[in-house]
Amino acid sequence: MTLDLTGLTTGPAQTRGSLRLVPLLRDKPVHGLRLDRRAHHEDVVDVGDGTYYASYIPHAYVLRWTGDDHATAAYGTRLAAAKADKADRERPARIPVRATRRMARRTGRDRLRFLPLHLAVEGYLALHFGGPEILWEEWSRRAVARGLSPREEAAYLGWSVPGLDDALRVFEIHPGQCGVAVYVADALASVFVVPHPGDYRALHPTLVEDLYGELVHRHAAAGLPAAALTDPIDPASVSSLADLRAQAERRRRRWAEFHDGTMAAGLLDQEDLTWETVQYLDVRGVPEAPSYSLARFLPPFVPRRENHIGEAILDRDGRVAYLKTFRLSETQVRRGFLLRTLAAHGWRLADAAAALGQRESELAMRLNSLGFGTLLHQHVLDRHRAALRR
Amino acid sequence: MTETLADLVACEDALMFVNAAMTSTGQREHYDDAAGQRLSLDFLHAYMRENYREVYAAALALDVNDHNAALIVRSLLVHTAGVPDDRRRAEGALIARRLRLLPAPRVYRLFRELRAARVNNRRTRAIIRDWLAARPDPAFDAVKYRTALKTALRHIGLRPDGELGDFLFCPASRPRYETPILETWRRAHFEKRAVYELPYTVAEGFAARHGIPRAQFLERIEPNLTRLERLRLQESARRLGAGSVAADLATMPLTRLASYVLSLPFADRAARRAELTGALRAAALRAAGRDAGTWGSVSAVLDDSYSSRGSGQKPRRPLAVALASSFLLAALAAPGRYRAHWLSGRADELMAHPSGPTPLGDRVLDALDDAPDRLVLVTDGWDNAPDGLAADVLRVWRTRLDPGGAVQITHLNPVYDAEGYDVRRLAPGVPTAGLRDAENLPSLVELARFAEGRVGLADLRAHLDARVARFLEER
Repeated sequence: MTLDLTGLTTGPAQTRGSLRLVPLLRDKPVHGLRLDRRAHHEDVVDVGDGTYYASYIPHAYVLRWTGDDHATAAYGTRLAAAKADKADRERPARIPVRATRRMARRTGRDRLRFLPLHLAVEGYLALHFGGPEILWEEWSRRAVARGLSPREEAAYLGWSVPGLDDALRVFEIHPGQCGVAVYVADALASVFVVPHPGDYRALHPTLVEDLYGELVHRHAAAGLPAAALTDPIDPASVSSLADLRAQAERRRRRWAEFHDGTMAAGLLDQEDLTWETVQYLDVRGVPEAPSYSLARFLPPFVPRRENHIGEAILDRDGRVAYLKTFRLSETQVRRGFLLRTLAAHGWRLADAAAALGQRESELAMRLNSLGFGTLLHQHVLDRHRAALRR
Repeated sequence: MTETLADLVACEDALMFVNAAMTSTGQREHYDDAAGQRLSLDFLHAYMRENYREVYAAALALDVNDHNAALIVRSLLVHTAGVPDDRRRAEGALIARRLRLLPAPRVYRLFRELRAARVNNRRTRAIIRDWLAARPDPAFDAVKYRTALKTALRHIGLRPDGELGDFLFCPASRPRYETPILETWRRAHFEKRAVYELPYTVAEGFAARHGIPRAQFLERIEPNLTRLERLRLQESARRLGAGSVAADLATMPLTRLASYVLSLPFADRAARRAELTGALRAAALRAAGRDAGTWGSVSAVLDDSYSSRGSGQKPRRPLAVALASSFLLAALAAPGRYRAHWLSGRADELMAHPSGPTPLGDRVLDALDDAPDRLVLVTDGWDNAPDGLAADVLRVWRTRLDPGGAVQITHLNPVYDAEGYDVRRLAPGVPTAGLRDAENLPSLVELARFAEGRVGLADLRAHLDARVARFLEER
């Protein structure tokens, strides 16, 4: 299933250094869905089954859905910093020793709190997290007992992407803007869509606190300016002011077509996305209320192609109300690709190698260089290494 | 054809510098930080001084802003090697004339900078001496700018005779002073009543010392406030309940007035609509002077996009300039023949606020639809919705639809672009000029002719000479 951005139109881009921000506009906001921001200062997440993990969480979104379009009061939208200094310690009731519970969690009947991009990133990290399902002799004891754990990936905070903060600061938000596509050196870095222009206005600055892939950081650090994409009007086609106006309109249309069809094609035309629904959001007791679902998707992991992971809120027809994507780096794509290939061949090295057109030893070395070396017995790894050296 | 390439370059350089000197104040802008602005401006000053010293000095006669005027004066006084005597004399006349027009605090700051740079040549000393001698009330200066005056006097090695010298350099040596203001200053140290007879900036310090409540202080110091102090303090005084501090809007200069209007909350603007609109119209008529109503039909494209919010150091400055320009153009145009096109499409000027993108191309088309005699664009030139459409529209308009130039198009830019060493331009066929205060708009439209490339260096020089002569006569 592809991403369905119906209802969103592409606006004219604004460039700043190597950054290009393309606004996505809605004629009318999505019915009955609002997104807020909640500042978080805890960094321990309780997965729900007794395990915890530590991570950096700059903020969370609070989603509200109601049967009508009235803005509802945001109860406790902002939490103060959890500073446990001496003054606070003397008043035990105020010591906030808490773990943020679960990635997406209902905080009320019509309210859901979730951490931006956590669903998406978790979906990627948890890919075949259990490790080999069939215990072939080459897999180590550890791989069988603990799977891929600890599984880790690196990403960059928006603040450390050179130029991103500046580009977001000077960006001029369009009326009716509900989203943005971020390009760094004309490579799609992220797409962010919210249901309502008011939400976008509030959440625009938080883009700098989001995660960005390695590729994005590298492109930004290289400092290549975004290409000048001009589409000049041909003077010969103009003989009156009305013609000129028509040409200007045509230019606008051609840009939108070019953007959707070429620049964002790596994400929007991707057909083999794997979707997984995490939460159903529906309003009980209100007839004809819209119904939405929170879902995440994984790309097909084709090396040397654009691969985006992401999370989205879709309505009943699959149209996007909320979207946030993360571009995987080439290494990350290869990791996903290898894990998928191994799983598809029953975790049999020889079969997977044959499917890839490689020798078994080469595949073993490839696993090792991608950080999965500990999955194999040491002697197996050594044997393959020696075999390649011969 | 006597014009050489060097002449064309010189002409371009000179205009570039004038544009920069009109707009940049070395402060943060929406798109640039302060350091970038200053670095870029310093380079331009050095470049002009070394290559076209004559034009550089002549810029003092133009409407360059105070920041750049002080920079030019300092630069001319610091770098004097190899300048012939007659040039020095000409520069000296220009400097003396310009210093008299600058606000006193800025001149004192310049003197302090000269002292810090250890510039103490004979010409500098003479200029400082003459300027101090021409001050209307030395005793008042001694109280209001005490340290600054002391520094300047020290720098030129001069000690005023009598009381004033004692007041500055050993104030405790006299039990009392004959000059009233000096005596007031002495009494203010222990007498609360005397505080209210001092200038506001000095009295403020004494008020803090005596622990006078702010509201009471503002209420009673009101008669001693200067015009701009009154404008600046009006809102905070009203919040404190000191209602007597009320600026007379009718006498305010146009751009300042626009800045003030934009600083008010929407509710206040709506409540005082008639008063504010009236004041703006009156100020615009005053600025237009004899030219009022002579421009025929005028259309304007005015920038109220998000970038017109300026920066923390120049809050809403570009928007204020656009608002002031709109009122001024309304006064210049024939009655009822003026149409404003704000980028956001809003029609209520008084409620202008910076938000949204810059669809310059669309608005230019709208404005050309009016078929005006003149089209004036007031914008920072960051056309982004879509990028470059305005340039395209103007280019096609000039080449295809109006090759004869029946519509006179001028772009006025209130923001200096540090990276380009100039204000941002829109299209080759459309002259661009830097704009500091809306009041200068008519003279800039005249100067913008040179930017079109139709008038050469000889004409530019003649124009500059005429301006310099007029400037020096106006004493």
